[in-house]
Amino acid sequence: MKFSWSVVARHYLQVIAFCFVIAVLTTLIWPSKGYLAQLGYSLTVGTVVWAVGEFGRLLVPAQHCRRTLEGGHGWPIGWRGGALTALSIVCGFVVGDQAAGFFFGQRHMSSASSMWDNRLSMLVTVVAAVVVSFYFHSRGKAAALQARVSAAERGASEARLKLLETQIEPHMLFNTLANLRALITLEPKRAVEMLDHLNSYLRVTLSGSRALAHPLSAEFDRIGDYLALMTVRMGPRLHYALDLPDALRDVPVPPLLLQPLVENSIRHGLEPQIEGGSVLVRAWRDGMQLVIEIVDTGVGIDPAQAIDGEPADDGVGFGVAQVRERLAGLHGGRASLTLARPTEHPERGTRATLRFPMQMTMS
Amino acid sequence: MNPTALIAEDEPLLARALHDALRVEWPELRIVAQVGDGLSTVREAMRLQPNILFLDIRMPGLDGLGAAAEIADRWPVGATPMPQLVFVTAYDEYAVRAFDAQALDYVLKPVEPQRLKRTVERLRIALAAEEHSSFDDALAQWRKLIGAAGRSAPENAGPPYLKVIGAGGSATGGAASATLHMVPVDQVLYFEAADKYVRVLTAEKEFLIRTPLKQLLPQLDPQMFWQVHRAVVVRCDAVDSVRRDDFGKLHISLRGRRETVPVSRLYAHLFRAM
Repeated sequence: MKFSWSVVARHYLQVIAFCFVIAVLTTLIWPSKGYLAQLGYSLTVGTVVWAVGEFGRLLVPAQHCRRTLEGGHGWPIGWRGGALTALSIVCGFVVGDQAAGFFFGQRHMSSASSMWDNRLSMLVTVVAAVVVSFYFHSRGKAAALQARVSAAERGASEARLKLLETQIEPHMLFNTLANLRALITLEPKRAVEMLDHLNSYLRVTLSGSRALAHPLSAEFDRIGDYLALMTVRMGPRLHYALDLPDALRDVPVPPLLLQPLVENSIRHGLEPQIEGGSVLVRAWRDGMQLVIEIVDTGVGIDPAQAIDGEPADDGVGFGVAQVRERLAGLHGGRASLTLARPTEHPERGTRATLRFPMQMTMS
Repeated sequence: MNPTALIAEDEPLLARALHDALRVEWPELRIVAQVGDGLSTVREAMRLQPNILFLDIRMPGLDGLGAAAEIADRWPVGATPMPQLVFVTAYDEYAVRAFDAQALDYVLKPVEPQRLKRTVERLRIALAAEEHSSFDDALAQWRKLIGAAGRSAPENAGPPYLKVIGAGGSATGGAASATLHMVPVDQVLYFEAADKYVRVLTAEKEFLIRTPLKQLLPQLDPQMFWQVHRAVVVRCDAVDSVRRDDFGKLHISLRGRRETVPVSRLYAHLFRAM
């Protein structure tokens, strides 16, 4: 349990400020006793109410409490919060009133103080305690909310970093550079082409993860860059085709959504195969849904993984999980990613199918 | 006679770059074959019997390590000396650190002229001294190289070693069943790599796990578990006997199992009469 004296002191100072205000009020109601006596009285009651609330909440198990921004023990949630407020008010009235009477004498001159006065004084205590409790309650709520918001922000930037890591795999970059170095002396013209592909691939990879969406045509262009780079590396072992209908060119999609899937096709599908193979990426419209398919003729996905897509040690599942997460974050249950054997050639290869609601314009 | 070499590299441009760099650095060297996968490497190496093998570690089909182990097993004793083995590797692979740590030669891609010059220097010396070195010396050198090239983690993790193997699949229930079997390592007789899985064999049962042998090995106590083949790791106190067949190959019989397990020539030194 985290407990901070500076937080306690801050709360108490605020309570004291309230007590000063309440004393002004009670002086107005019972002018016969001076302001100082009224202040002493309200401070005593206020201190008791505050102390019961402040330390009483520490007795409530942490799982029933709000978390403060510092990760500390906040105000209890639900009926426990209400009960603690009631308890502190009762203690304030019974104990505080007695103590104040002991220190500062009866608040009211006549021993046969009217019922009216007693009720009024009880009302003042209750109203004051409720107001103060409400004040701390709403502040605590705001702090808890802020704690949640900053945790979400942290999560988002972590996810972005992870995304970046998966998009630029160091091995891919080193290997591309090694090939580029070889090309420069062998075929300078092709080297320049390769450099251009690398350039546009890196530009989107490094900046694109910050943009929320780009046109589907841009997505296909980047996949094209990546596949062109891989063709330089793998030579005749890799063939690819991209098929994007003109009508879908401007449909907005999250940047590099397809990248991990195409990478899986290459790394786990075609690279391990001696004869290599081909990758086909195509998109079409199905009612209000956009469908994108990545089909390869590689070694093929393990049927167990096709179902659960659970991350295996070889990293196949990681890219899949990442794409699923992004889709779910954007479209919830209306988006899907399925992995299966291709219907055209079920004996070899993998088919990844993405489906999600189509937006017609960039928002 | 001019020395001969084979280059095994699956990326055509990198193969050409290494070829060109070698021509500059070592003009008398004859590149007799250039191949792009492990199986062709074994076939061509056995057919042409070159003096030097430049093997890429990552290759489709059989990788460089597998190809080297296969060649070591098949190389005829006594005829031509075993080739000088040089692995080709990228910067970011753990193997680079392992090679550096043991002062073993390797070729980096992209080709680094300084590194290549040093390798060529040492290869010339090694080739000149070849007639004085024995087959066993060559095997020991290959073993060291293959060990370093197979490094998949920063350094051997060391203790604590695994106590139990969590196996999600069993041979009868398929690769992914709903039950997780906790198999104590001291009941495992041997591990065998099979396609995408590793088979875990005890006296009565067989389980499947997805962790590759390469990743499993550093987590096992090296005193207890011996790699005897590219695809097989045995618990040494489960070995009952080792038999040599007519071709000189060793086969292990394990207590509690009927089948025998082959021993690669690279690891035959583990089994010698005291």
